[in-house]
Amino acid sequence: MLGKTAGGLFWMSRYLERAENTARLLETGQRMALTRTKNSAEEWGSVLKTAGVLDGYLAKYDEVDRDNAVDWLLRDVDNPSSVKSVIKQARHNARLVRTALTYDVWGAVNATWMKIDEATQRRVNQRDLPAVLELVRQQAALVRGATLGTMLRNDIFDFMRIGTFVERADSTGRILDVKYYVLLPTAFAVGSSLDNIQWESILRSVGAGGGYQLTYGQRTTPSDIAQFLILDQRMPRSLHFCCRKIQENLSYLKKDYGFAGPSCEASNTLYEKYLNRRISDIFDFGLHEYIQDFLNDLGGLSRQIEVDYRFYE
Amino acid sequence: MSEYFDEMLNDDGSLRDSYEEIGRWFNAQDVSRLRAKQREAEEVFRLTGITFNVYGKAEAEERLIPFDIVPRVISGREWQRLERGIEQRVRAINAFLHDIYHRQEIVRAGRVPIEMISENEAFLPQMLGVSPPGRVYTHIVGVDLVRTGPDEFFVLEDNARTPSGVSYMLENRETMLKMFPELFSATNVRNVSDYPRSLRRSLAACAPDCVENEPTVAVLTPGIYNSAYYEHAFLADQMGVELVEGHDLRVVEGRVCMRTTRGYRPIDVLYRRVDDDFLDPLNFNPDSALGVPGILDVYRAGGITIANAPGTGIADDKAIYSYMPEIVEFYTGEKPLLQNVPTWRCSDPESLSYVLDNLSDLVVKEVHGSGGYGMLIGPTASKKEIAAFRDKLKSRPANYIAQPTLSLSTVPIFARSGLAPRHVDLRPFVLVSPEGINITPGGLTRVALKKGSLVVNSSQGGGTKDTWVLED
Repeated sequence: MLGKTAGGLFWMSRYLERAENTARLLETGQRMALTRTKNSAEEWGSVLKTAGVLDGYLAKYDEVDRDNAVDWLLRDVDNPSSVKSVIKQARHNARLVRTALTYDVWGAVNATWMKIDEATQRRVNQRDLPAVLELVRQQAALVRGATLGTMLRNDIFDFMRIGTFVERADSTGRILDVKYYVLLPTAFAVGSSLDNIQWESILRSVGAGGGYQLTYGQRTTPSDIAQFLILDQRMPRSLHFCCRKIQENLSYLKKDYGFAGPSCEASNTLYEKYLNRRISDIFDFGLHEYIQDFLNDLGGLSRQIEVDYRFYE
Repeated sequence: MSEYFDEMLNDDGSLRDSYEEIGRWFNAQDVSRLRAKQREAEEVFRLTGITFNVYGKAEAEERLIPFDIVPRVISGREWQRLERGIEQRVRAINAFLHDIYHRQEIVRAGRVPIEMISENEAFLPQMLGVSPPGRVYTHIVGVDLVRTGPDEFFVLEDNARTPSGVSYMLENRETMLKMFPELFSATNVRNVSDYPRSLRRSLAACAPDCVENEPTVAVLTPGIYNSAYYEHAFLADQMGVELVEGHDLRVVEGRVCMRTTRGYRPIDVLYRRVDDDFLDPLNFNPDSALGVPGILDVYRAGGITIANAPGTGIADDKAIYSYMPEIVEFYTGEKPLLQNVPTWRCSDPESLSYVLDNLSDLVVKEVHGSGGYGMLIGPTASKKEIAAFRDKLKSRPANYIAQPTLSLSTVPIFARSGLAPRHVDLRPFVLVSPEGINITPGGLTRVALKKGSLVVNSSQGGGTKDTWVLED
């Protein structure tokens, strides 16, 4: 496979994953803002920060407000990480690697772009927002379904999966990075309604409210939430789960190609260093530092993958 | 009676034999259902991404080529004649190319003047003395034919460089099969879907002698913004080969190699969809970012096959075109089976004065132009346009040729008012390899959708149709 193609597959999957994650953040922000009308601006600021687009936003607008934040996150093409921008990028990459995709996957990505483009021609008002976000999630599910159902399990698939899970780990990490203080033991004003809302929002932004309840019942504690998002082996958006998938797919490539670059070892190191841990160790080390270090190393791993498999010249 | 040949209807309005099934089927259809189908077809094309990019427009501008649901039918008998004529012509073109890059017998024999070769921009001195593997120069040819009567077919252009449009031949058929399966069960239509497999086999058969294993084939595209990018990706996909760009390639140890996830791997046959001028910045246009530095040196040393060979443009040049009857006769010893359109070379003073006197009746084309750009269609041009063109023609006569306006045949399209005749041309696709010449029974039918228009180019508002060659 061409190095360029591997890169196109990796980025196509990252962008699609990012679209879905940003849509979920928007949903969470919307809900938080509705629940806590007083601090709406603060909440949207935190959403922008989580999506990594706050600086760009502040370069364009003087202050954070709901309508502009939603527009920036959803459809502003000046924001390279807006849902619209990343879906356009995903489609661009899909066109670039068209020969590596099945007809179904290409058709799903192309249709996703056409539908989202049409749904975001104008500013989306509060009433229509849920339907647009639902469309983003449905389309993401369609692409995923087509991928799982029609793609051969070969190196093409591996690069797509690696892209997906690097992006997802990054997203879950960022959510924790921005909201870590809610989970700190010092914020142990247990049972206060404020914390319950914050905790709920964290779970919601990774689409894991239901999964958490299944696992932990009604008991909500910061330590359990952190455990669930970082170390749970079954939760498909936990750092543990994502990291395992990256390791797995890199090892398939190693087997397939008969060689492995430094990235393969780096993924094992990432796992050992951050995920072969107990949650109490992480809190002892400092949750915030832990997450920041993790995000740093994850970025390094991603760049090493690009080098090892010759994405660029 | 119409002044144009109607391929579907006889002069008395009855259906010609080859259109009987389609005519019967059409009359039995509910018009609103057909309209829905027409929309459905467009939706399929849009979802599949069968689009072309328009030069000079914003990058995001991807357009659909309109598709008409009424097939264009060619009888088995008509096709056999065309096939023989095309094969003869393509053999002659390859012999001509080999000759002018070697002994130039045809020039010595005084059949083609030396200036036509030596002063032609498409002639590549770098190719002198080079023999491509199997002596094949034009691996893929798309001969443009027009029809003016029951037995009158003319070759309009030979397209021996990098003919495009074959993806439409294939996708149009797929779309028709999906939408109107019942139509195919009633008619014996010859299959076109083997084309990608034949293309791959044909290319592999032209691999350089040094290649021992199954040859590695790749398609070279100028990139995602090229107007035919969809087709490049489509063909690579259908053949199961890599789609590469210049920056994926480099010369390593005397071979042209592509950067893969496992390192640089050699390519044996490169089906390039990049023009000669951009192929190799070291040997041609130094500003080209689309090509591969040094590829021509590898080629000359026999390390790679380039399809079509560099320098084939000399054979489909519009000035050389006027010599095609002589060329066919010179190399095959036979009279040409397909007619040439009478052509005035404006470089010749007598021809020029005739052309200037008759501009309003003629079609004048640039020698190196394509895509319907920069041409004058006398009968439909305004006085002002003719006057402006006259000046251009006078200042650079050698840059132009002129031809009579042909009465292109018509095939009906499904218009708002029902079936309505529109002018068409036909581009069959020809594969050449040491194993032989393979012509896919079908081709690309382009149709001028505007009433009365004779310009079928997609860049000028033309559409396409599925083309049926019948089993007799």
